[in-house]
Amino acid sequence: MLGKLSLAAIPLHEPIPMIAGLGMIFAVIALVGLITWKKWWGILWHDWLISVDHKKIGVMYIILGLVMLLRGFVDALMMRSQLAMAAGGAAGYLPPDHYNQIFSAHGTIMIFFVAMALVVGLMNIAIPLQIGARDVAYPVLNSVSFWLTASGMALMNISLIVGEFARTGWLVYPPLSELAFSPQVGVDYYLWALQIAGVGTLLSGINLTATILKMRAPGMGYFEMPVFCWTALAANMLIIAAFPILTATFGMLLLDRYADFHFFTTNMGGDPMMYINLIWAWGHPEVYILILPAFGIFSEVFSTFSKKPLFGYHSMVYATLAICGLSFVVWLHHFFTMGAGANVNGFFGIMTMIISIPTGVKVFNWLFTMYGGSIKFTSPVYWAIGFIITFVLGGLTGVLLAIPPIDFALHNSLFLIAHFHNVIIGGVVFGAFAGYTYWFPKVFGFQLHEGLGKAVFWCWFIGFYVAFMPLYVLGIMGATRRMQHYSNPDWQPFMIVAFIGALIILLGITLTIVQLVVSIRNREKTRCTAGDPWDGRTLEWSTPSPPPHWNFDAIPQVRSLEDFWHSKQPNGEPLQYVDNPSGKFHMPKPSALGITLSFFATVFGFAMVWHIWWLALVGLFGCIAAVIAHSWQTENEVDIDLNDPAHAHGHA
Amino acid sequence: MSDLINKRNHYDDTHPATPGEIHDYKEGIQKYTIGLVLAAILTALSFWAADSASVWAPSMPALLAALAIGQMGVHLVFFLHISSGPESTNNILALCFGVFVVALVVFGSIIIMTNLNEHMLPMDQLMNIQIQR
Repeated sequence: MLGKLSLAAIPLHEPIPMIAGLGMIFAVIALVGLITWKKWWGILWHDWLISVDHKKIGVMYIILGLVMLLRGFVDALMMRSQLAMAAGGAAGYLPPDHYNQIFSAHGTIMIFFVAMALVVGLMNIAIPLQIGARDVAYPVLNSVSFWLTASGMALMNISLIVGEFARTGWLVYPPLSELAFSPQVGVDYYLWALQIAGVGTLLSGINLTATILKMRAPGMGYFEMPVFCWTALAANMLIIAAFPILTATFGMLLLDRYADFHFFTTNMGGDPMMYINLIWAWGHPEVYILILPAFGIFSEVFSTFSKKPLFGYHSMVYATLAICGLSFVVWLHHFFTMGAGANVNGFFGIMTMIISIPTGVKVFNWLFTMYGGSIKFTSPVYWAIGFIITFVLGGLTGVLLAIPPIDFALHNSLFLIAHFHNVIIGGVVFGAFAGYTYWFPKVFGFQLHEGLGKAVFWCWFIGFYVAFMPLYVLGIMGATRRMQHYSNPDWQPFMIVAFIGALIILLGITLTIVQLVVSIRNREKTRCTAGDPWDGRTLEWSTPSPPPHWNFDAIPQVRSLEDFWHSKQPNGEPLQYVDNPSGKFHMPKPSALGITLSFFATVFGFAMVWHIWWLALVGLFGCIAAVIAHSWQTENEVDIDLNDPAHAHGHA
Repeated sequence: MSDLINKRNHYDDTHPATPGEIHDYKEGIQKYTIGLVLAAILTALSFWAADSASVWAPSMPALLAALAIGQMGVHLVFFLHISSGPESTNNILALCFGVFVVALVVFGSIIIMTNLNEHMLPMDQLMNIQIQR
């Protein structure tokens, strides 16, 4: 009746997951209590949970990302503190079994539920506003995408209290992840959480690509698009091309685990190396899916705060497209040591070095954008300059690792760990924070506290260097990743310094929360409802903050790349709008399809993990029924009439 | 939802012509019928060829591959309405990108896996090394 599920699945004997799980449950109960006490359920349901407004969905993505950042960071703190202790004969406080789950969960959470959520959230918020559209191409699908991601996140968190998580590393390499070596449910939790969230990401990629291709305001040709839209377009095309590979690969591993197939087993003709090949055919484009939108954010930030158009807009676009194409021919550099010959390794090593050229073009473009500009040192600019310094360093160690002989020495060492944290923190996280600070006043109509924003930056910036520079050294000294303790006491001082770095980042994360609270309390002082607090250059700043549900009262008629900027100049012509004398248009209605699908998908995933087949059928048919029920709805739009005073300034 | 797909700013009822959309019912039915017949013929041909003695055996894989590619072409043109007209530039570009990526992953994987296989020690020697340790 309950498959493999029994009370024994709750890890009562392990204090740490129990404390974490209880803390999570109490937090949820407290939140539910607060919402009930303040009578917020109606608002929450109608204005947020079933909303199809791209701005609100974007905000929900970012909240999801920040919440998961807390969990992923707790994992990081546990790893760093364990390694600061477990030198020589000491065993530390985390048993190996639990430690393996922690590093697997840390990687999975940080990539799929923090970095992806933050990047997709920012794209959701900014793209329709930048191209002068009322919403994305498929608003209901957008809500479905978010809720499927949330469903994956729910499964991740359930694994904390019911059962366990994978102990196999964040990409669950077979044969370790096969049933023979991982008979428990951890790998199943991983696979189902990511299959469900992956479908959400794929749908979101299709949605945003269609939005950029089809929904641009009239007059906006491809080369009148802000550069963030270009990088987002490239990233979303990569999502469409790469995520099916991930789904197919996980699908094959699921068949191995559930239906006795032998795609990646060590016997019966299976080949684990094929999994590693396929997973990186997705995995390398994935890192560009994350970093390209961040590049776009920095381009906007540099240009806005230098009061200059972006230097080399066209070269920026071509560099983006070159990265987009090249990202599909470098994946073997993740497994140089698997045994390919010198020719194959050499080819992929050289391609990896070539991909750093367009990235270098971008760096010079950013520098020349600042050159001669009157730079305003706001916190987004801090993030952006910190990014250039940090990312170039990470890029250099990346080019080092691209040389196969060097990679043979450094593969799976802490040097590699330091390298990819160098580019992901220095690139994606800094980019996400820059975008969060930059677009916050657009979404909420008031600014974040500048001083605290800069404090957050300094904590992350210094914390990053203190935490990861020792890991470069340790990697060269021979320390490997995923080790739970080490016998060489010479490594301990470096490990302790790295732990202190993590604590500095912890301070930064705490200050992020403080900044949010302080900014909300002081919101009356930093109101910017006119909508253009940064003296921006692109269309999103031409509409009030927060924008109405429909973004623009009239759709702009675009004449040039920086039309809005030109319209603000002393002799500039004002923006032109598409004529709509009736003031009437229609907007999509809120839809509960997303949250319903999410509920049934979570039920389905949970049931599959525990082999509760009848419940899996319930979840599956629930999903199908929800989609069919939605398809029968004919009244899915609401008419807006701007000339009707009831609508004119409301937020329908 | 389908009528929302290709409309620029569909919220404002200012629809320009939509690419790939068939406005004339009759023409649509005609196109689908031709496509169905062609697809059926190609399918029948492959089954016939696979079972036939009148095809030179070593050329069989090439023939089946050619028929399969023809089948894809029929699907793209008659069912997915890909044309060479200016209004479906986006679709063509998306198709090219898709083919490019699939080709890279498929042929790349074949090259990599073949190379790995060539560099793998034969099983008896592999066991031998493990025994020696």
